Amino acid sequence: MSEAVAPASAVGKPRRTLTRAVIRFAGDSGDGMQVTGEQFTTEAAWAGNDIATLPNFPAEIRAPAGTLFGVSSFQLQFGSQRVYTPGDQLDALVAMNPAAFKVHLGDLKPGGILIVNTAAFEDRNLAKAGYQSNPLDDPGLAEKYRVHQVDITGLTRKALEDLPLKAQEKERCKNFFALGLVSWIYTRPLDPTLDAIKKRFAKNPHFVDANTRVLKAGHAFGETAEMFSEHYGIEPAEMAPGVYRSMTGNRALAWGVLAAAQRTQLPVVFGAYPITPASDILHELALHKRFRIRTFQAEDEIAAMGSIIGAAFGGAIGVTASSGPGIALKGEAIGLAVMAELPVVIIDVQRGGPSTGLPTKTEQADLMQAMYGRNSEAPAVVLAPASPGDCFFIAYEAIRIAVKYMVPVIVLSDGYLANGSEPWLIPDPTALPDIPVTFRTEPEEFFPYLRDAATLARPWVRPGTPGLEHRIGGIEKEDVTGNISYDPDNHDHMVRMRAEKVRRVGQEIPPTTINGPHGGEVLVVGWGGTYGAITAATEEAQMEGKAVASIHLRHLNPLPPDLGQILRQYRRVLVPEINSGQLVRMLRAEYLVDAVGFNRVRGMPLQTQEIYEAVGQLLEAKP
Amino acid sequence: MSTVTGPSKPAQSGPQYTKKDFESDQDVRWCPGCGDYAILSAVQKTMPDLGIPKENIVFISGIGCSSRFPYYMNTYGFHTIHGRAPAIATGLKLARPDLKVFVVTGDGDGLSIGGNHLLHVLRRNVDVTILLFNNRIYGLTKGQYSPTSEQGKVTKSTPMGSAERPVSPCSFALAVGASFVARTVDRNIAHMEEMLRRAARHKGTAFIEILQNCNVYNDLAWNVLYDRESKVQHELRLEHGKPLVFGPAADRRGLVLDGVKPRVVRVKDVPESALWVHDEHDRATGLVLGQLWAPEYPIPLGVMADDETVPVYEDTLLAQEQKVIANRGPGDIAALLRSGETWTIR
Repeated sequence: MSEAVAPASAVGKPRRTLTRAVIRFAGDSGDGMQVTGEQFTTEAAWAGNDIATLPNFPAEIRAPAGTLFGVSSFQLQFGSQRVYTPGDQLDALVAMNPAAFKVHLGDLKPGGILIVNTAAFEDRNLAKAGYQSNPLDDPGLAEKYRVHQVDITGLTRKALEDLPLKAQEKERCKNFFALGLVSWIYTRPLDPTLDAIKKRFAKNPHFVDANTRVLKAGHAFGETAEMFSEHYGIEPAEMAPGVYRSMTGNRALAWGVLAAAQRTQLPVVFGAYPITPASDILHELALHKRFRIRTFQAEDEIAAMGSIIGAAFGGAIGVTASSGPGIALKGEAIGLAVMAELPVVIIDVQRGGPSTGLPTKTEQADLMQAMYGRNSEAPAVVLAPASPGDCFFIAYEAIRIAVKYMVPVIVLSDGYLANGSEPWLIPDPTALPDIPVTFRTEPEEFFPYLRDAATLARPWVRPGTPGLEHRIGGIEKEDVTGNISYDPDNHDHMVRMRAEKVRRVGQEIPPTTINGPHGGEVLVVGWGGTYGAITAATEEAQMEGKAVASIHLRHLNPLPPDLGQILRQYRRVLVPEINSGQLVRMLRAEYLVDAVGFNRVRGMPLQTQEIYEAVGQLLEAKP
Repeated sequence: MSTVTGPSKPAQSGPQYTKKDFESDQDVRWCPGCGDYAILSAVQKTMPDLGIPKENIVFISGIGCSSRFPYYMNTYGFHTIHGRAPAIATGLKLARPDLKVFVVTGDGDGLSIGGNHLLHVLRRNVDVTILLFNNRIYGLTKGQYSPTSEQGKVTKSTPMGSAERPVSPCSFALAVGASFVARTVDRNIAHMEEMLRRAARHKGTAFIEILQNCNVYNDLAWNVLYDRESKVQHELRLEHGKPLVFGPAADRRGLVLDGVKPRVVRVKDVPESALWVHDEHDRATGLVLGQLWAPEYPIPLGVMADDETVPVYEDTLLAQEQKVIANRGPGDIAALLRSGETWTIR
């Protein structure tokens, strides 16, 4: 990390310029760490930094206070250069209680900034976190880290002494003291937070006053308290010019659906059953009835899938969103959509599993489920977004392909992309590719399974069209006529036809972008939310002059037509995934390449450093 | 483009069809003697009376013998997966409230594997007409007991008799808030046709239980209503505004309501004013009717409940859509993308 010390100004403390920083706010579920993190993210965005975030919270809604499993945290990396991930090790950690201290201290770099709320380090909380004695009394702590023990609770109370609020209400403002302090340390502007406070508490002027005061008190504390000798600046990143907003993956998926709804001028039926971490897509779409989005909270996952099949049969776009357990329940119905050849989009926001698993944590272990998780051979198109903002384009692309090929499309997002955010250059919606929709109305020579020569799509017919009355269903049918058929050769033909239809989607895939030399020692292949970590690790190796490149797959079924040829240009192929090796298995099977996996299934995003090390090991390995 | 209006109501000026117009070109593949033939014929025969263009009619089914039904109707049709037809029909109605949608299901499809969906489509009051063919057996899988089989039923899967108590489809429908519930029987063509017409014209979910004979795996399961003598004793024809009376002329019996407890009395023993008068619009007393069965009580046939005041699900939902579009205009993705906090990098 490059640093430059600016001369101290006459009044202020010296300011050191960094290229990037990784910080984490951690506390109890009730401590407001998510709001704090989001607000700091906005401040950094205003300051022009590139950013990646990682919210991390327990599955319990109101976990018991002070416990280790009740700890909630928000991590972000912000920088003046391209930021690909929320970062590996922390430059700064704010621990609001002993439990947060215990859970997160291990991730803080030696020499990193540690801010603790001393008021929370009392006997009860220490006992809940499993401490026999106060870890802040350990003299080794200050040797290893730059420790700042601050009575955040007490200082918050003091700042609000004269306000007519209850003690508990006052104490709940303490997260903004921490935010004010960290904002001072990293010289991020308070303005966006001051605005947000005004908006958020518009109905209660006392709360506006209280939070404003506490935020400013935290900021002033940094400036005046003797414990901080310097603070840090991070220059704006060089980013493409344009209008930006912060975007999370779930919101981007929802808005991608809206963009497609507007472009096609078709109603969208969005049928879903609440499930973490996908429910926010349902919540978001329910707000936008103006786009003729008909959100349907179904009685279960199967009904959600059924409803969108019915909608597609009726000539609307059918979209559902769920997570792994829900996708498992939908499997049989997805098979019906394959058989009936109807345009539906199934979003899977993957989480840790199997079974209930880790509902709020991320994983990439549903790739095989998306590929094969149905009875018999039921191929579907599979796409995966690379970043939170990319979710917008993937959702739009999924609908475009579904409609063009009359085929179900599965989108594999994940918990990290869903809740993580990044500064997102707002696209021009008119520049998105067109989604032509043609409903067959011509009765002459109509057959339900008559196919388009280029796409093999069957005609989409809206019930209500005179002369085209026909019946379809889950029973095998004769190609072209759609009549029920148990003929062995016809079944063999139809099995191949359904596979070929999906294969033809390959003609939609642009040439693969290679990040690095077009041939060399190691090619790192990724998909989904590991894009950032893989890219950062690859670029680190490249800066050391290594012949390492990376590619990222947004299309998983079919795979890009040029992939086989690219894989052969490198001595070794490394496939990092948050599963036990699923894409690597597909690549080995499809291309007979000796690709190896790098697999960590911890419910957390892969780290740049560990991928970098895995690349290094492959480079050193004997051929 | 779809509209928010419901399916066209019968009109004098509607298309003029005959039964033949609703017969598809597919060979019917039910077992000879199956009760489904009579139901198919009755449905095809009543379709012209609805005055709805046949391209606006959709039959959706699940899995089972009854679910082959759509293939034989010359309308739009979708033979789907086991138990899920109500969910698929719900999605179709959300997309296309202008269509007239029928769901064809059976006692296994509708009440066992699909029981959850049946509950919710009825509770929501989606505007679909549900025909549940109840033959008290799994026919397509060759003879296992179903959720409507009587306790003690000996089948392939219950060689020593079923330990389960049966569910009454009409009771179930009424208990979960169905706005139209009727029962008819495959061997009474005229009554079946009348019920089909009434159900099809109901706005909201209309549920008809059709007692149907499976002559291969459960022959004469409804003999209580087939046998001439037994039928006279037990069949109770429901007529709106008329007292609930049944039985042979020489031994006419009636129902009185003792609080919520129905009681069978001899008509000659009570003043006419004491008899329970059937009110289709009262779903609460309909619920009591759904629970009656022989031999303790008569078996009601006809409309148990018909309540047009229940709001229709998709009407409510689409009215919200229309309202927001009327107030704020259609969605604009470009504006949405730039809404909220944004910043410019030059």
